Amino acid sequence: MARRVVIVGAGPAGIRAAEALVQAGLRPVVIDREVKSGGQIYRRPAEGLDRPAEHLYGGDAAKARALHATFDTLGTSIDYRPRTEVFGITENLLHMHDGDRLYDLHFDDLILATGATDRIAPIPGWTQPGVYTLGGAQIALKAQGCAIGHRVAFVGSGPLLTLVAAQYAAAGAEVAAVLDTSSFAALRRGLPLMAARPGLLLRGLKLRASLRRHDIPYVTGVRDIRIEGDGTRVTGLRWTVKGKTRHLDCDGVGMGWHLRSETQLAQLAGCAFGWDPVGRQNAPDIDDMGRSSCPHVYLAGDSTRILGADGAETAGYLAAAACLEDMERPAPFPVARLLRRMQLMRRFARGIAMAFPYPDDICTDLPDEALLCRCEAITAGDYRATIAKAHAIEPNRAKSLSRVGMGRCQGRYCGAVAARILAVNGGLPLEQQPGLRPQAPVRPMPMRLLRDNAEETAG
Amino acid sequence: MSVPTGFRRLVPGNRRTIRFSIDGQPVQALAGDSVLTALRINMAPARTSEFGDGSRAGFCLMGACQDCWVTLKDGRRLRACETPVEDGMDIITSLPSETQWPGA
Repeated sequence: MARRVVIVGAGPAGIRAAEALVQAGLRPVVIDREVKSGGQIYRRPAEGLDRPAEHLYGGDAAKARALHATFDTLGTSIDYRPRTEVFGITENLLHMHDGDRLYDLHFDDLILATGATDRIAPIPGWTQPGVYTLGGAQIALKAQGCAIGHRVAFVGSGPLLTLVAAQYAAAGAEVAAVLDTSSFAALRRGLPLMAARPGLLLRGLKLRASLRRHDIPYVTGVRDIRIEGDGTRVTGLRWTVKGKTRHLDCDGVGMGWHLRSETQLAQLAGCAFGWDPVGRQNAPDIDDMGRSSCPHVYLAGDSTRILGADGAETAGYLAAAACLEDMERPAPFPVARLLRRMQLMRRFARGIAMAFPYPDDICTDLPDEALLCRCEAITAGDYRATIAKAHAIEPNRAKSLSRVGMGRCQGRYCGAVAARILAVNGGLPLEQQPGLRPQAPVRPMPMRLLRDNAEETAG
Repeated sequence: MSVPTGFRRLVPGNRRTIRFSIDGQPVQALAGDSVLTALRINMAPARTSEFGDGSRAGFCLMGACQDCWVTLKDGRRLRACETPVEDGMDIITSLPSETQWPGA
């Protein structure tokens, strides 16, 4: 009997891994939380919202079309399970549900391609209606044909900041300003490494130029950002630059500082993690092909290191090749060229990290009264007080006592921030801190599933 | 509210109208809208924070932040950003009191 290979995630990494396994004569199970394949980056629009790929994906239209076409061709040569979620892993069992049925699925080999979410630095006022992540702002446009507000400002740093602002402007949204916490000097330092992918660098510069054409101010070096509003709506944004306070009116804010990996399932699978000095976050230990520290568990795409969609496609092929190699089956393509591509991707990612650094000071300077944890409305001041009182030096103890990281998002949006606050309040230095321990279910699920499925069935 | 706020529709597409209600008020959206889009197009939030810090209207739009859970009048709870809006949905954005929790 053939080994059962399960791929979790149907974005660029998961789809390419599935394609490679099918080429090698296997029929992998592909589990997708979403209704349709494509992941977040190549998310397909809602039914009836027929927008040409060029409008949806801009310069990536050809790649989006190719990826969707590949997936559609796979058809029944894979066991595709959309709208299905893996919420826990115990040894070789995936615990899953599809909204109605709760079941376990045994795997021989597992490829995790769970993607990434926005990396956030909290800004006072950031929980008010009208404030969304940059990724969220992009999804509103791509999948729903909407802008997150009638007059939108974008705040943060990283490639997505310019990209989303340019996409909004091109779609006819009113963009009030783009505020970058990075500096022009940092951008210049990152350029030589970013030149590893000249096409992409050029595209970024063109997007930046398109903002100028739309008369959208792009301000660098902003600090002391505050989102104004009355708790039911956003009314404006205030910040300082070069010691001067500035203000604008807006009802929508998109914010984000590049991305962070979704690592919960890899953690539950028992994969070893360590400090990644480029992404400046804990990341799974992997070899060049994507093998984790656990036999038969492979990791691909942005869920390991943030290399973007192209890097994810390459990593997907490589993880499948590693999986095949370990079964003593040949990869259906030569891997040497892919490994060289990955080196370029990693070089580019180092450039991005230099050009658009995560603003540690914005986290550590977060005013005491500002919300750090949006799930349970815990302020930065409460977190600092708990750390001091409990003499917590690592984030899991601080989490147990403060509940920061224990809410419904399990630290996805406060984890990076809490780690930095902890580090300057008597805690371990960032690079020595362990990550927050995830718990199943990795996303909340309805209790009725447990009630209705009291007799668990093996799938 | 005089000044428009919430989502602004840029691409209507050729879609059927969906009729649903927010806190008892009849409103409209388009087929294919997520519940969250349907709420934001109508200038509504998704929920009231249980911790007394005001209303919320989601954040990540990709099912990660868990800040757009809405309650339907029939007791169902769902993530507004990843559920399509349906005809006849009765959405409650206020915080249910203890006696109103489904099954209480």
